[in-house]
Amino acid sequence: MGRFTRGFTGRGRNDRLPPGQYDVGQDWPVLTAEVTPRLDTATWTFAVDGLVERPTTWTWDEIHALPPATYSGDIHCVTTWSKLGVTFGGVSVDALLDVAGPLPTATHVLVSSHTGYTTNLPLDDVTGGKAWVAWEYAGLPLPVEHGGPARLLVPHLYFWKSAKWASSIRLLDHDEPGFWEQNGYHDRGDPWLEQRYQGD
Amino acid sequence: MTEWQTATVVGIRPETARAKTFRLALPGPTNHRPGQHYVVRLTAPDGYRAQRSYSVASAPDGSSELELTVERLEGGEVSTFLHDVVVIGDELEVRGPIGGWFVWDGEAPAVLVGGGSGLVPLMAMLRHARRLGRSELVRLVVSVRSPADLLYAGELPGPETTVVYSRVAGSDRPPGRLMAADLDVLPDATGYVCGSSGFADAASRILIDLGQPVDRIRVERFGPTG
Repeated sequence: MGRFTRGFTGRGRNDRLPPGQYDVGQDWPVLTAEVTPRLDTATWTFAVDGLVERPTTWTWDEIHALPPATYSGDIHCVTTWSKLGVTFGGVSVDALLDVAGPLPTATHVLVSSHTGYTTNLPLDDVTGGKAWVAWEYAGLPLPVEHGGPARLLVPHLYFWKSAKWASSIRLLDHDEPGFWEQNGYHDRGDPWLEQRYQGD
Repeated sequence: MTEWQTATVVGIRPETARAKTFRLALPGPTNHRPGQHYVVRLTAPDGYRAQRSYSVASAPDGSSELELTVERLEGGEVSTFLHDVVVIGDELEVRGPIGGWFVWDGEAPAVLVGGGSGLVPLMAMLRHARRLGRSELVRLVVSVRSPADLLYAGELPGPETTVVYSRVAGSDRPPGRLMAADLDVLPDATGYVCGSSGFADAASRILIDLGQPVDRIRVERFGPTG
């Protein structure tokens, strides 16, 4: 636009922050559109299905038997906060897909939550060490308001892609808009490209 | 989805000691749905930008003006600028309306429960209902700490609204947190809950206990948690 706002000089320039984001510091805002669910790990499951050779469902104990993985880095919410230097623990989505065996026709995924929430991503954005199913935050069990007992974690994209209370990943041969994506938000959501809304 | 537009500030009205309403004139009719928000973007001379989302407080009226109510958050880069620097006649870049979930179009019963400045999008719904002459469709309950924290205090009272004070009494009801007795559930209503995450969870739980189906509760949360 090339238009300045009269009197605005701005504060928080930080190369580690994507454009339009600010550092939320120690806080961790909670932004969800539904009632927080109470999920029991005794009956919790996580599934990978759709275009895979072996549709697979893991129990809480079974998914914990997979090789552990961690993410340390930053997360970015489309509402403009970023949280720097966080650590999550869980399992890599690659490990789940190694078991299920994606078919060559799979190009996208639709992730679902136990609440009915959905979000869509290109398959390439959840493979190659870029996505996790996380159940630990800072070495402790993931709090329920942040998606516990387990959530998806795709930290290189805006955080609505990191579905709280995740229940499944379905592999598809097309892109199928999820909850926020049907409500005007971007299908990919790269914070460094400011892909906040459809058309960005 | 929607392009950035230049809005002119045509009115600024204090609501409480910490909240102001900014009336913006846009280039064309706004046609927002009650509950939607706009993004406000500030740009510094070197190109640095900051942007935040603010709920529309006004009802859609076919005009090209709308109102955003902004709470001044200490240390908030955008809200402090809007409160401390912006004057009538200033131009602001805005984008919207945004949001297709936390919206009410004035057709079906709605139970609106707000905490603090979570009242803002619900106020757009209440104003819409009153404009349509359909106040019987809505019940609005807002919880604030004290009478001094209540937004739209002059306009809010009516047979369809209830104010709950959590810390300082403002009515016959003793001060205290929102309770089931404060809420009416309408048959076939959708619940709209807006406030801090803690308030949203507590209010949702009360609605569920009163028989409101969990899949007919829409929640908008804001603010930091510990």
